[in-house]
Amino acid sequence: MSGFEPAGGTGNVLLSLVVWTPMIGAFLVLLLPREQVDGAKRAAFAFSLITFLLSLGLWAGFRPDTAEFQFLEQHPWIPDWGIQYLLGVDGVSLFLVLLTTFLTPLVILFSFGDVQKRVKEYFFFMLMLETGMIGAFVALDLFLFYVFWEIMLVPMYFIIGIWGGQRRVYASIKFLIYTLTASLLMLLAILYLVGAHVRAGAPTTFDVRLLYDVALSPREQGWLFAAFALAFAVKVPMFPLHTWLPDAHVEAPTGGSVILAGVMLKLGTYGFLRFAMPLFPAATAAATPFILALAVIGIVYGAMVAMVQPDLKKLVAYSSVSHLGFVMLGLFAVNPMGIQGAIYQMLNHGLSTGALFLLVGMIYERRHTRLIADFGGLWKPIPRYAAVFMLVTLSSIGLPGLNGFVGEFLILLGAFGQSRLATVVASSGLVLGAVYMLWMFQRVVFGPVRHEENTTLEDLRPREIAVLVPVVAMIVVMGVYPKPFLEVMEPSVKGIVARMEKGQARGVAVEAERAPAKQAGDV
Amino acid sequence: MDLGNAASVAYSAPELILIAAAIGIVAADLVVSAKEQLGAVALLACAAALVAAIGLRMPFSERWIVQGLLHGAEGWLWSRMLVVDGFAVFFKLVFALAAFVTIWMSLGSAEVQDGDEGEYYALVLASTVGLFYMASAANLLMAYLSLELVSLTSYVLTGYRRHDRRSGEAALKYLVYGGVASAVMIYGMSWLYGLAGSLEYLKIHDALTHGAADPLTVFVAVVLVLAGFGFKIAAVPFHMWAPDVYEGAPIPVTAFLSVGSKAAGFAILIRLFYPGLSESGEGGAWAPLAGVDWPGLMLVVCMATMTLGNLAALGQRNVKRLLAYSSIAHAGYLLMGFVVLNDTGLRAVLFYLVTYYLMNLGAFVVVMVVANATGREDMDGYRGLAWRGGAVPAVAMAIFLFSLAGIPPLAGFVGKFYLFAAVVEQRFYLLALVGFANTLVALYYYARLVRTMFLDQPRGDEGVVALDAHNAFLLYFLTIPTIALGLYWAPVIALAERSVRFFLG
Repeated sequence: MSGFEPAGGTGNVLLSLVVWTPMIGAFLVLLLPREQVDGAKRAAFAFSLITFLLSLGLWAGFRPDTAEFQFLEQHPWIPDWGIQYLLGVDGVSLFLVLLTTFLTPLVILFSFGDVQKRVKEYFFFMLMLETGMIGAFVALDLFLFYVFWEIMLVPMYFIIGIWGGQRRVYASIKFLIYTLTASLLMLLAILYLVGAHVRAGAPTTFDVRLLYDVALSPREQGWLFAAFALAFAVKVPMFPLHTWLPDAHVEAPTGGSVILAGVMLKLGTYGFLRFAMPLFPAATAAATPFILALAVIGIVYGAMVAMVQPDLKKLVAYSSVSHLGFVMLGLFAVNPMGIQGAIYQMLNHGLSTGALFLLVGMIYERRHTRLIADFGGLWKPIPRYAAVFMLVTLSSIGLPGLNGFVGEFLILLGAFGQSRLATVVASSGLVLGAVYMLWMFQRVVFGPVRHEENTTLEDLRPREIAVLVPVVAMIVVMGVYPKPFLEVMEPSVKGIVARMEKGQARGVAVEAERAPAKQAGDV
Repeated sequence: MDLGNAASVAYSAPELILIAAAIGIVAADLVVSAKEQLGAVALLACAAALVAAIGLRMPFSERWIVQGLLHGAEGWLWSRMLVVDGFAVFFKLVFALAAFVTIWMSLGSAEVQDGDEGEYYALVLASTVGLFYMASAANLLMAYLSLELVSLTSYVLTGYRRHDRRSGEAALKYLVYGGVASAVMIYGMSWLYGLAGSLEYLKIHDALTHGAADPLTVFVAVVLVLAGFGFKIAAVPFHMWAPDVYEGAPIPVTAFLSVGSKAAGFAILIRLFYPGLSESGEGGAWAPLAGVDWPGLMLVVCMATMTLGNLAALGQRNVKRLLAYSSIAHAGYLLMGFVVLNDTGLRAVLFYLVTYYLMNLGAFVVVMVVANATGREDMDGYRGLAWRGGAVPAVAMAIFLFSLAGIPPLAGFVGKFYLFAAVVEQRFYLLALVGFANTLVALYYYARLVRTMFLDQPRGDEGVVALDAHNAFLLYFLTIPTIALGLYWAPVIALAERSVRFFLG
């Protein structure tokens, strides 16, 4: 284990605190008496805020000059099976953790007014979900990762199913079945991978840092990559596995949608980057054209479907399919620029789509409709709302000066080196994105006020402003000054790319080594 | 160690305690009017049997203390009729716990409380004695007798509600199916006896190793014996009795059958097929004797069992029937560990039985709580359960169901993890995929019941569910380990590993 000296100092428990504080909060909230609705709200907000502050400590203590995992915590859990409690962050997961801890308190604050029934249970599930998400981002033991990965599903199932809209029951079951199907296959693949490592003479371990070096033939890699990729592709979601997403997003309560779009989808892309790609580099290389094609189809298809949606929430949901297509494009450029752009775009999407869902939720709270046709001319009655809406819309379409531009630009630059065709088609998705977002914005905000009810709408309340301001601030900051973010990611991203290049060379060697055995009739 | 009758008494303490308590309860039933006291006696007897079974891991006599602490007692009892070894003791612990919870449940069950309780408790204890002997039987005669003891008492327990048509019908069906199955089984045993000239597993083993038995003859004998064993574990195609019996029997009895009887079926199955009909080799691998392809046969049975159980469960509207089919499917999952012919597979089976014990009994406790309050067992009776006074049972049920579905961090996930790990390790990829597909199907119906309890709104005609302290305590008794075992299971898996130890004479 000498190669893995913790960079954040030994005995550091900060990461554990970040992971488990929400869970502790969740159970405290659950223990409060049912009548204390306000108490439950405040406690939930306080715990999510504490988690955010703790996670800032991660950023403060993070050393940006290394690709190693930091704040490492390593304890045996089930020693006989080499299962460990193994946590750590690198430049990739650090910001995703921050995104999670940043969005959760805002969502909880927003939900103060949004959630009317079974308040205590709602915040319980929300906080539990946060633990699951952070845990999945920082777990470096595949078993532990799988546990966190699945833990997320149950709270989200209940959040959609209990607090969702009309077709919530259908949407929640669909969400559960889709994501579990894919992740169970991943579990089988994990078992095979660990077994292959043991067959090579190593002790049983689920430590992903050691499993990166398992020698697998290209055929084995292909199967295992397929199983992992399926689990992650459903989560992303990649075309054509995206059909659960519009249902889940539209039926989920606003808070659920924000978390789902803002964070949970990123677990899919994160999974590709942390597990599927570096574990199976040869298979990644082989699958790249296929994945790029699906990513590009997702970009264009998502944009075109979004264009014709009459419902605001559905439009935002489909725009996610398109945006996550960009992220996949950047990842499978398999060069530092593309991957950095992809990570940046994950953060951007979390902020801007999260904000869009919040804005849709706010207007829905007032008018109880989300149909674009029911609005128009909102600029006059609610100018502050319209201003924020405009900024977020522009961020979403990638206007230079706002965060979306940086990510998309890097992705396209990176992807150009991998496939010109994909880059060109994806660029057309950018244009389509501008079209549907601006068209939607025009119909909702500009023009005359077409409906009587809209003239008396209430503008943003202080609590809503408090929710939106941090997001808007981040949108601007990340657009104007991306350097501190990109700088921190860079060593880790380069480390991953280097590992994949090394791994591809090794995959060829394994094939050569096993070829004679195969001819001898050994399967 | 080959103990005669007098020396065996000390090693039969658990069974003797149970027998004494059963007889005592029947006698006391004539004079005692407060029948709960009989239940309390039965509960104490189970606890005492549990302690005595733990004691079997540490023999009384000083001579064996060192050996006992390391390995537990091993040897023949009653002049080579029964064995005591790590494997048997493990199952005895599970059975004692199962009986304990069953009686605990019965004390809070409306169905049991308005009948002839004295007989009831005596029968449960007698059935438990049968289970204990099933774990120890290393001799076809003892296997048959213990299995029949369990069956006969189960028939009566199933028909315990004499004035309930469903209960009577279930008992009759059970009796007819069981009679046929055991007749076929004993016929198969007679073939094995004819081939080997002995009833002892080890002598059968030797005869098959050294003799020139015709593989086809042995195969037929094995298939016939499997009819009886398959009946006990409710494996396809001997599962037909299970849904009707589970539905008709009083709920604690259903719980007992689904856990105790099934686990005992696995005990007897493993002991005959592993140390009896296989040869142990390097690295925990086993090879079947005399070219008999029972693993291939069981592989088919395993896949058929889980698939049929799960598919049939999909359409069920009665929760007891749903759990009946789910328990058929679980027999299929357990068989996954059985067919891979490896110690890791057996260890996974033993571990899964522990988790299955917790979650399945727990689910039936919730069924009982709901039935007590509303008299309903259909799915509509669970609508919005969480929002009409039944929050604790509903949450507990959700935990048990998610655990049965194999979602972390619950005990059932860890159990499935070990089963699948054994299957993948032995490269049974088709089986792994079938198991995977089945897990998904199962997830659907478990999630549907969770949905009914939480996501559907009560319509007002379902009745209010209240949880009394007795049943609440029981629920916590099962829920907490279901979660705890999902978070830390090292001691239990270590126990399971140490318990894959057969006494081979």
